[in-house]
Amino acid sequence: MKVYFDHNATTPLHPEVKREMISAMEMFGNPSSMHAYGREARANVEHARQQVADFIGAKENEIIFVGSGSEANNTVLSLFVCSSSQCIPGSRRSTIITTKIEHPCVLETSECLAHRGVRVKYLDVDRYGKIDLDQLASLLDDNVGLVSVMMANNEIGTLQDIESITKMVHESGAYMHTDAVQAVGKVPVDVRKLGVDFLTLSAHKIYGPKGVGALFVKQGIPYCPLIRGGHQERGRRAGTENTLGILGMGRAVEMRMAEMPEEEERLLHLKQVLRKGIEERIEDISVNGHPTDSLVSTLNVSFTGVEGEAILLYLDLEGIAVSTGSACASGSLDPSHVLLATGVDAELAHGSIRFSMGRETTLQEVEYLLDVLPRIIKQIRNMSTAYIKGGLHAASR
Amino acid sequence: MLQAGEWAYSETLKEHFMNPKNILQGENTDGFDGVGMEGNLQCGDQMMVVIKVDKEKDIITDCQWKTYGCASAIASTSVLSEMVKGRTLDAAFHISPKEVALELGGLPDHKIHCSVLGDKALRAAINNYYARTGQEDKVKQEQVNVICQCMNITDHDIEDAVLEGARTYFELQERTKCGTVCGQCKDESEALLEKYKHIHFGA
Repeated sequence: MKVYFDHNATTPLHPEVKREMISAMEMFGNPSSMHAYGREARANVEHARQQVADFIGAKENEIIFVGSGSEANNTVLSLFVCSSSQCIPGSRRSTIITTKIEHPCVLETSECLAHRGVRVKYLDVDRYGKIDLDQLASLLDDNVGLVSVMMANNEIGTLQDIESITKMVHESGAYMHTDAVQAVGKVPVDVRKLGVDFLTLSAHKIYGPKGVGALFVKQGIPYCPLIRGGHQERGRRAGTENTLGILGMGRAVEMRMAEMPEEEERLLHLKQVLRKGIEERIEDISVNGHPTDSLVSTLNVSFTGVEGEAILLYLDLEGIAVSTGSACASGSLDPSHVLLATGVDAELAHGSIRFSMGRETTLQEVEYLLDVLPRIIKQIRNMSTAYIKGGLHAASR
Repeated sequence: MLQAGEWAYSETLKEHFMNPKNILQGENTDGFDGVGMEGNLQCGDQMMVVIKVDKEKDIITDCQWKTYGCASAIASTSVLSEMVKGRTLDAAFHISPKEVALELGGLPDHKIHCSVLGDKALRAAINNYYARTGQEDKVKQEQVNVICQCMNITDHDIEDAVLEGARTYFELQERTKCGTVCGQCKDESEALLEKYKHIHFGA
């Protein structure tokens, strides 16, 4: 049996998206061309833009298609590094506030900006991964130009109250960005309700193709392109459009709009079955993330005394795909920065597994996982220095 | 279209991961002549090696282990436990991480540091055997030289940094902070960097 529990990494194409993209394979025109080939491509790109705009409650001229969620995040943060007096976002307010649990594309860009004269402040999170609004209030001053807080965390699924955060940020005169890559298509996202100035979304997390994402920029908000040298996307992102990808993204959000409402309850049930099953069948585990304000599709669990890469690979041998916060699986030396920020011990972070479900996940698949997982954890614990029943091996401390 | 590739690991490693040999069952190490433990849980790797010794011939007759760690950590302890059986204590003491990696059919660069703990734990077990049997004179201390006096960085720290991916002096400094104060150790650190790159990666 092959089972995919890694939807936060990426998702399979929705059959409707696949069908639509295959039928559009012959479309090769450049949307910038004035002839029929170009106009066909242009029509499809603009149709997709409308679909994406409708999905998040935006206007079509507020949607910029980009190559990925990472590009969208890089673009927004990079607005605030420019020291030109012509450059409205960057000229006056030179501090950025973000959180310790952002995606690396935000954290590493922030680090880079810090080397280029931008002051970056990082918000702490509590044990559930929620930021502290009082800490945010204490950091907001006249120097803050941008606040960037992810809407749903990719590792633990914790949701932030973007609406309240945005109100505070706007009161201080700063702009608000949210990386909503993991939230869009899983929880309702309405840019007007949230009030944000910038919002990032990605197609491949919601059953669309890879290599395409979108950035919402509220009308009237100062903007400067990251990729220059073309009039595409109204001069906001140079480079010939990824027409097929954009078309796929449009169809993907349309399908999300239709399927999301009935899906939430089903996934929540599956998550409860999975969580309860793990709690009942495996001792010494802890669930990471917020108990209620969390994506219904994401469950992150730490297994005492076992290392995550070993779990991942034993599960892979059984046809089950998951991901881990262990350092060993990432090539770095430190385990998940998200779990560490929530105060999880390094050793429990090394032993964390993220199960992320999606539209095609079935109860049968969850039951298969629950059949296999206890045996694997037992097998690894049997050879671990770090485990005896009831807790960590005292002698191995 | 290509099918899913193999793991980043060799077939031998995969075999040892799937069917690890000589796991120590339970917690009791009373029946063994030497016990060694290395690594720590915060770093994600910890290994315990226990040995039985033919006291007449100084030969290891049995070697069992427990490991907390990733696939390459598990497999490298498993393969090590096979390698040492029948070896003299002296020969076993000199098994290097490179030999372990070779026996596993190679390791990806960023995984080499996972295999250095097994041989360290084995040496600790051998020393533990010497100590228990009143042969303290044979206990071999791992020779450690402080290279960077300011930051108290040893040659072992530099070797670990290389195993963990440092390839340039800058990367070495990023990882160890060696030479970041007075800088007098730069030449010696660079020489060691090159030496360990050559030993472990043939670079």
